[in-house]
This record gives sequence, C-alpha cells and structure tokens, in this order.
Amino acid sequence: MKLKKVEPWIRTLLFLAAVFSILAVVLIIVFVFKEGLPFLRKWGLTTFIFGENWSPTRGNFGIFPMLLGSIYLTLGAILIGLPLGVGCAIFFAEFAPAKITSWVRPAVEVLAAIPSVIYGFLGLLVLVPWLRQLYGGTGFSLLAGSLVLGIMILPTVMTVSEDAIRAVPLSYKEGSLALGATRWQTISKITLPAAQSGIVASVVLGMGRALGETMAVIMITGNVAQVPTSLLSPLRTLTGNIALEMGYAAGQHQQALFATGVILFILIFVLTSLANLVRWKGATH
Amino acid sequence: MLTPKAKERLALIILGSIAVLTVAILAITLGYLLAKGLPAINWEFLSQAPRRMGRQGGIFPFILSTFYLTGVALFLAVPVGVGAAIYLTEYAKVRWLTTTVRFFTEILAGIPSIVFGLFGFIFFVITLGFGWSLLSGGLTLALMILPTILRTAEEAIKTVPYSYREGSLALGATQGQTIWKIVLPSALPGILTGIILAVGRAVGETAAVLLTAGSSVLPPLGLLDSARSLSVHLYILAVEGISTEKAFATAVVLITLVLILNFTATKLVRRLTPQ
Amino acid sequence: MRNFGLTCLALVIILGFGFLIAEAKVTTFTIAGSTSVQPIIEMLAQEYMAQHSQIRINVQGGGSSAGVKAAATGTAEIGMASRQLHPEEKGLWEFTLAYDGIAVIVHPTNPITNLTTEQIHDIFSGAITDWSQVGGKPGPINVITREEGSGTRAAFEELVLKKKPIVAKAIVQGSTGAVKATIAHDPSSIGYISLAAADQTIKILKDDIKRPFLLLCTARPTGAVANFIEWLRTSEAMDIITAEGLVPVK
Repeated sequence: MKLKKVEPWIRTLLFLAAVFSILAVVLIIVFVFKEGLPFLRKWGLTTFIFGENWSPTRGNFGIFPMLLGSIYLTLGAILIGLPLGVGCAIFFAEFAPAKITSWVRPAVEVLAAIPSVIYGFLGLLVLVPWLRQLYGGTGFSLLAGSLVLGIMILPTVMTVSEDAIRAVPLSYKEGSLALGATRWQTISKITLPAAQSGIVASVVLGMGRALGETMAVIMITGNVAQVPTSLLSPLRTLTGNIALEMGYAAGQHQQALFATGVILFILIFVLTSLANLVRWKGATH
Repeated sequence: MLTPKAKERLALIILGSIAVLTVAILAITLGYLLAKGLPAINWEFLSQAPRRMGRQGGIFPFILSTFYLTGVALFLAVPVGVGAAIYLTEYAKVRWLTTTVRFFTEILAGIPSIVFGLFGFIFFVITLGFGWSLLSGGLTLALMILPTILRTAEEAIKTVPYSYREGSLALGATQGQTIWKIVLPSALPGILTGIILAVGRAVGETAAVLLTAGSSVLPPLGLLDSARSLSVHLYILAVEGISTEKAFATAVVLITLVLILNFTATKLVRRLTPQ
Repeated sequence: MRNFGLTCLALVIILGFGFLIAEAKVTTFTIAGSTSVQPIIEMLAQEYMAQHSQIRINVQGGGSSAGVKAAATGTAEIGMASRQLHPEEKGLWEFTLAYDGIAVIVHPTNPITNLTTEQIHDIFSGAITDWSQVGGKPGPINVITREEGSGTRAAFEELVLKKKPIVAKAIVQGSTGAVKATIAHDPSSIGYISLAAADQTIKILKDDIKRPFLLLCTARPTGAVANFIEWLRTSEAMDIITAEGLVPVK
C-alpha cells in the first residue's frame, strides 16, 4: 500500500528527468548567448560575420575567414567522405558476401568510436610532414584538414547509408530484377532513390561532425585567420578560433569568442533541423 | 554506350576498389598506431605518475581521472536519461511533450563539444564557482552524453512487448511495479548498450574537458580538484611536442579502452536482438 | 538485480566518503595561467610538494590573460602571467618570479646563425619573405606565431615589432611547446618562444629580449599560499630557476 503513495512522487521525478533536456538546451543557449549577444549588438552582426580582419588585441573582430574556413573544411571532408562512405555502403549492402560484411561492419563501427584527438594526432605526425615534403609550404592546410576529417566522418556516413540501403523493402528489388533489370540498374534506379533520405541524413550527420570538430582541426590546419585561397592554404575554423584563444581572452575578446560560439550554434542548429526534416520526410513517404 | 552488363561490371569494379581503399585506409591507420604505440606500453607506463610533464614516467593519474570524470558524468546522466526515457514511453500522455523533448534531445546531441566547453566554463567553472574540477568536467560531459543514453533507453523500452506489461498489470501490480520489475529488466541490455556508447564518447572528449576540468598532472583527490583525462593528455603531449613515443602509447591505451567498451556494447546488442 | 543496484550504490557512497576524507587532510591550491611560466612552476611545485606532503598544488595552463582572470575571480589562488599587466588589469597583488628571455628560433639545419633586430622585425612584419634576403638558402620563410592574447606574443610584439602587426599569413600555434614542435619539424620556419623552453631540437638565433614572469593574487596572500611564495625566494628555489635558464629576482 505504501507503494501507491510513493508512485505519484516518482512520476513527478521522472517528469522532471524528461524535461531536463529542454532545460539543458535552454540553459546552454541562455549562458552562451548572454555572453555573446551584447557584443554582437554593439559590434554589429554584419561587421562581425563579414569582417575579414581578426586581430582582437587591436580591436578588430571579423570572423569571415573562419566562417569560410569552417565551410570549406566541411565541404572538403564531405568530398572525401561521401563517395568513399556511400560507395562502401552500396558495396557491402548489395555486392559483398555476407561473411565479409559481418567482419567489416563491426570494425567500421569501432572506427567511428575512435576519439578525434587521435585522428588529429596522426594527421599532425604523418600527413602534415608528408604534404610539406610533397608540396612545400608548411603542410598545415585545407587539404590536410579535409583528408583527416573525411576519414573521420567516413564510418558515420557509411553505417548510416548502409542501414538506409538495407531498409529498402526486398519486394522493390525483386520487382525490378523480375522485369529483367541488371543488379546495377536495380541499385541505381530503384534502391538508391528509395534510400535517398537516409543517405542524405548520413551526409548531414557527417557534416555536423566535421563542422563541430575542434581539437583535430587545431592540430592540422595551421589556424591562420585568413580566407583560404587554395587547397594548400592554412585556415582557421570557428571551433578552432574558440578553443585556441579562449584561455587567453579577456573582456571584449572573450565576448567575441562567445559570439563565435553563437554563430556556430546557429549553423549547427540549422543543420540538425535540416537532418530531422529529411528523416521525417523520408519516414512519412 | 555501354551495355547494361558492362555497366554492371564497371560499377562493381569501382565500388569494389572504393571498399578496398576504405578498408585499407582504416586498417593502416589502426595498424600504424598499434605498431608505434605498443612497444612503449609496459607496466611502469600504466602504473606510474608522469615525470617532467609526461616526457618520462607513466599515465596512471590520467587513467584514474578519466574514470572519475566518466563516473561523475554517468552519476547524473544515467538516472536523468533513463528516467526521461521511462516517462516518455510509459507515462507521457500528450504527444507534443514527447515530440518537444525529442526535438530538444536532437539539438543537444548536435551541439559541438566546444560549445559545451564554453557553457561549462562560464556556468560550472565561473558562475557556480566549481573551478576547473572533476565536478565541472563531469557535469559538462553528463550534458553531452545525455542524448545518447536517453535515445537508446527509449528505443530499448519501446521494444519490450506490450503483453509483458498487460500480464503484470492483470496480476494486480501497479504501473510503477510493472515498470520496475518487468519493463526495466527486459530493457536492461539495450539501456546498458547506450550507457557504454556514451562512456566511449565521454572518454574520447577533449575540447570540453580541457575547458572545464583543466589539465593538472596530479591525480584528483576530491570532486573540486582539477583533473587531466587521457585524451587531454594525448592532446598536450602531441601538440606541445613533449614526447611522440609517449603520445603513441597514450593513444593506444585510449583506443584499447574505447574498443573494449564498443565490443561489450556490440555483444550486448547481439544478445538483445531477437533471433 | 537488486543486489547489483545496492552494490553500485555502496560503491558510490564509499568513493564519495573517500573523497571527503582525502579532502580534509591536505591543503590544495591552484596556479593557472601562462603556458610559458607553467613548466618552471610545475618543477618548483613538485619540489615543494616533495618537502611538504600536506600541500597539493594544481598547475594549469590556459594563458596569461586566463591567469590574470583566474586570479581576479579567485578561480585559481595564484595566476601566472608572462607579460606586464595592462592598465585595466592593475589592482592585483603582483610577485615577480623571474625574468625570462624570448628566443627567436629556427630549425637546427638552418645555416643562418645570426639575425639583427631589424631583420627579425622585417621577417615577422612581412617585409622579408625569402631566406635568401637574409643570407640563407633561397626559399620562402614560414613564420610561426602565437595566438592573440598570448603573453609571449604580446611581449614579442611590444619589444620587437614595436607597433607593427605580425604578418597575417603566419601559422598560429596555441602554446610554447606547439611552436617549438612545429619549428623542430619544418626546416624553413622561424618563430619565437620562451628562452626557458628552448632545447636542442631547435636553434636559437637571438635571446636578449627580456620580459617578467609574474605571479598574481587577488590580495596579499596568507597561509599556505604565502608560505609557498616565500619559499620561491629561497636559494633552493633560485637554483631551480637559474638551472632552467631564467634570471631570478634578487
């Protein structure tokens, strides 16, 4: 009988647990925006976003180079991660013998869990010196960053795409094959279009991971706050800007870094909403 | 124009080479790390404190700090995450609440770790006055891993068949008793899997930990002591060029830890999936 | 199942009490800030802790500005800075630990052995971009610098570059060690680090740029912190400071 009395209390506790995520997001927004927004209001959103000069100790706060740096690097990572990841997904879902797939799949999942700092470490130690020898310059570059991030997001793109391809009903494929189509015709005309939303979601997920990556990026891109002009240019990302200068910043400089965080948050928010929209659309079809 | 047959062969060749290339890249990455790192690992490295900022000695305090940080994070994230999952699946009557919570969980999952770091720094370290400490770092990590735990727990609880609940309720058990005695035990493997995956993320996190837990080389003695996790130590060793050999060894220890966690999770998933 | 839960709970409680008991016995304080001051303080703190088992000193990096901030807000008992305080930062209790040189460094295989202050000024401000312009092997100069807010950068800009900005295409690294590691691996690079951190992996071209290493507290310290700071002036501490290539304050 005592249980009956306790249960409403437990229910309330569980309710509080359920709304905790909402609370956490609100708290994060409030505290990060509280530090960043006054600066944005004073400095001006457009001068902040489109300013090309970042030299906080001289009173210049323009994050355009970092914004472009983040976008270029994310695109570079996708350019490598997308063909490799989706290609592998098709191969392992449709062509490879089940025995091989059952070995590769867990191995790839494990790679998705490797901490990013390890990828950065390898990039710093192997890739950067290699690019320096090959092409001159410092080796810290958009190319190095894209390669490392591309490999880093590959497991994510691959596993999510593979799941999407496997989720296509067998009857679709059987119908196509029965009509005399080859396996490749079936894949390109039937399976891939049907799995489209899942594949797009995998790419958006990978983009989110590349855009939010911090430590690996600081280690291999050179952190130069200038708009990159070629694959071999060094660059700085929004995340790198925050992590690099946070400890050293005071006053207005620190507020500018929180404002960078605000911009990053908004970018990720748009991307996450996009991913949800795609997944939701795919689910209703 | 190629015939469909030729196209098929071409596609197979291209896809096959992509697969081989990818597997090769991933295998070389892992193999290279192991080849470079394994020789430097011995009992002394695992059990001793670092000397000269990590140039000599071992990584014992950092292994300890990693466990403590993860422990603090789980202490908050597990009850909240699993509790929320129970409420959403078993109690919530209105659909908009479930949808809203799910939406915010997605947002939380997408926030980059550096933003968590900024928040943890301004909120736990400065506003609440916890300083750079196990507590600040652990709480920040708790927020980061909450979505993983919540979502997997929700999925796991949903897969428990309705007949179980009906049976229990029919025997006169209260809803609370049914959840505690019937639903949770059935969903336990799934919930544990989520927790293990979350631990993997917490162990690997660098940016947020560096901003909230600091980087003291001493083993923490209290919740308000600063701590340096394995990933932070690896970052510092590599970036500061302190010791490449020790950095490789630390990387291998870190990977081994994550691999063990992941294999355990996969095993659990397999036991959970109905044959 | 219930046993498992209870065991977990017991474990957590025991660990928690362990923390509390351990906490009660020792006095802990934190020193945070400049990554240039960090190595020497780390060494001094280790020696001090070896002699005083009831004292624990946490040493954190973060940077000079973080050090000033940490001391001002009390996040750390002692802040470290490797530059003079800005006018708006005054009001803290300052203690000059030692004077440090800033060394201009290159890769060990670089044939150049000497650069004038003028040449260094021109390289870092972007007027000189090729090694042949200063008598070296022809090839572009890779300039490595520290991030905005770093005490080493502030001191270097003030003492060498006067008011000129550092060339915008310079690679930015986040700490003394990172600059050193980058230059040790890149034969055509040049950078500047704390003299105390210089070793055989790089070559020093110039080392007569001096700046102070400061320890900062909210107010004149008392108790354990004061004892530690007093100890820093003993001949024992001075020896460690001198051995690390710093100039102690008499």
